[in-house]
Amino acid sequence: MDSITITLPHTVQRPTEMPSHGPTTRISQPMVTGTSVVAFKYKDGIMMAADCLASYGSMARFRDENRLMPVGNSTLLGMTGDTGDFQHMKHTLEDLLTREYDMDDGQNLGTRSIYRCISNMMYGRRTKVDPLWNSYVVGGIDNGEKVLGFVDYYGTTYQAATIATGFGGHLAQPILRKYVEGREDEITEEEAIKILDDCMRVLYYRDARSFNKLRRAKVTAAGVEISEPYALETNWDFAEFIVGYGS
Amino acid sequence: MTSIGTGYDLSVSTYSPDGRVFQVEYAEKAVDNSGTAIGLRVKGGVVLAVEKIKHSRLLVPHSNRRIMTAGRHIGVASAGWMSDTRHLVKRTRDEASHYHGTYKANIPAKIIAERMGMYIQAYTLYSSVRPFGVSTILATVDVDGPQLYMIEPSGQYMGYRGCAAGKGKQAAKTEIEKLDLDNLSVRDALKEAARIIYAVHDETKDKLFELELSWVCAESNGLHTHVPQDVFDEAVEYAEKANDDDDDDEEMEDDDL
Amino acid sequence: MSTLKPGEVSMGTTIMAVEFDGGVVLGADSRTTTGAYIANRVTDKLTKVHDRIYCCRSGSAADTQAIADIVKYHLDMYTAQHGEAPTVKVAASLFQEICYQNKGGLMAGIIIAGYDERDGASVYDIPLGGSLHREPFSVGGSGSSYIYGYCDKVFRPDMTKEECVEFVKNTVSLAMTRDGSSGGVVRLAVIDKDGVERMFVPGNQLPVQYLG
Repeated sequence: MDSITITLPHTVQRPTEMPSHGPTTRISQPMVTGTSVVAFKYKDGIMMAADCLASYGSMARFRDENRLMPVGNSTLLGMTGDTGDFQHMKHTLEDLLTREYDMDDGQNLGTRSIYRCISNMMYGRRTKVDPLWNSYVVGGIDNGEKVLGFVDYYGTTYQAATIATGFGGHLAQPILRKYVEGREDEITEEEAIKILDDCMRVLYYRDARSFNKLRRAKVTAAGVEISEPYALETNWDFAEFIVGYGS
Repeated sequence: MTSIGTGYDLSVSTYSPDGRVFQVEYAEKAVDNSGTAIGLRVKGGVVLAVEKIKHSRLLVPHSNRRIMTAGRHIGVASAGWMSDTRHLVKRTRDEASHYHGTYKANIPAKIIAERMGMYIQAYTLYSSVRPFGVSTILATVDVDGPQLYMIEPSGQYMGYRGCAAGKGKQAAKTEIEKLDLDNLSVRDALKEAARIIYAVHDETKDKLFELELSWVCAESNGLHTHVPQDVFDEAVEYAEKANDDDDDDEEMEDDDL
Repeated sequence: MSTLKPGEVSMGTTIMAVEFDGGVVLGADSRTTTGAYIANRVTDKLTKVHDRIYCCRSGSAADTQAIADIVKYHLDMYTAQHGEAPTVKVAASLFQEICYQNKGGLMAGIIIAGYDERDGASVYDIPLGGSLHREPFSVGGSGSSYIYGYCDKVFRPDMTKEECVEFVKNTVSLAMTRDGSSGGVVRLAVIDKDGVERMFVPGNQLPVQYLG
């Protein structure tokens, strides 16, 4: 099989005698990043949201990114962290799904299997001291049951009725605890959208890496549906009467 | 074959004095013993059909499939040794996956056909290996439209509008040549493919067989898949009726005599 | 992520590419520095990797030249095997594979732009982490941070070829005067179905701007 072996000419590699400055670091830093993902269970399935921004440090660099992707017919993946690593994960999952399709054995990869697969990849990479710099939220319906799980770059996993990554863990999770926890089977789609938008609005107000252009997605018995980008209504009227910084 | 006993047919790395490699020809013989496989390329897509001969009633229906998928968009139908076929399908999948990993695009038909042709050809060069006893039919829709290729055990591969391999290939090719492939719809092509498989099936030699039908077209979202049950039933109904009519015609001719 | 090694030559650079209906315009300054010393004041940062696919290089001169050479080799192989020119997307994917798999050892920010028969004109950006992004226009290099505001105000998706050329000339000139690591001349390339046209603005004939 021809393969593209990417070997740099030796002239480009660091000569061994060259002094390194500072401590030797082996783990790469995230460069182009996405912020929070918010997700929870509701009556018909799973709701998830993420904005369309990929930041370059503090610069709002790419403003039309999609950080939500369907994996198969009944699973949704939301991503926080490095977009390069996310694209790598995307390609890996696409290949996995292709091989599953080719098997043609009537089996489909369920949400639990995909969640386990992603978790193992994340833990495997951290074990090689070369982690994928992401947090992932995996949501879906598996055998009629709602499944919602979280994985981070250590390979830490947990499942819960409400999950929020990054800044969302601080700002959205308390809101979700109040409105969702214990009511997962009651919340209608309409209410779920309102809760989600309220969380994303708080994040837009208080997370300096967020952006007011976002997508919402849901997994129901009918499958995965990811919305077109939309913006939230915001309110700044009260600012007009704030003068000075207090006596 | 005149080669028997001459010693020129023992190795794939020895030519006979008249320039033949008998081991490759024997591999082709192995293909000719297999149930018929055909492919039809029409305007809107490609269809594959296989006469899967069953050696036992105890086999589970739809098991041991002879039409398989590689990389979602490529259909592989084969005539010959099933164990060799499975190896080649795995190779096809690996090639498709590797190409996609490098270029982030589906592998075009002519590239996958070339790579598989090269792979199969490599097994005609060394005394330590046996050539594949398989003719492989590749069906796909790529950026240039519907494509159909067939690769022989020699590694020779060509693009076709219609092709056939296996024991009924001569009769099948005669039938395919009568079709107006450029103006056939995909669904009609399926019916014709089923009809041809039923027509070339030799009831006296192989009693049990299962028809396999697959397609790659707009209706299958550009993916290769076995056809849905209703489409399958429709094609079988057409095939059975067409063949009954043929039988009737033959009987009438007998009456005339 | 690696930084420049002692003595390494860097392209502190302003680069950009813009899509118009039927083609792309690429632009770059011409300064290469080692620290504050200008190692080359007439560098060509617009590099051909195929007949109608060019890249704009920023970061380490050595790294980006090596990457461009490797991609050029693979695109030539692709053309020989497929009997047709690669798409810009294929070229960008090859760049990405190298930049992503070797992100720990490379210092390279690359914009890939060109024209192909299947997808028409397209611009792709690969920033430092090795991710790949398609954009209607893209700016890169150290100078780019000074002119994002200007670009967002002036850019329109429906610009003609001539408007794009003016846009690139103005943007690169503005970045060059504010960024100490960019300067020299403005080099441009226009790619469409008919081929590549290279243009040039000398450092003493840049568009008029407020200079204090």
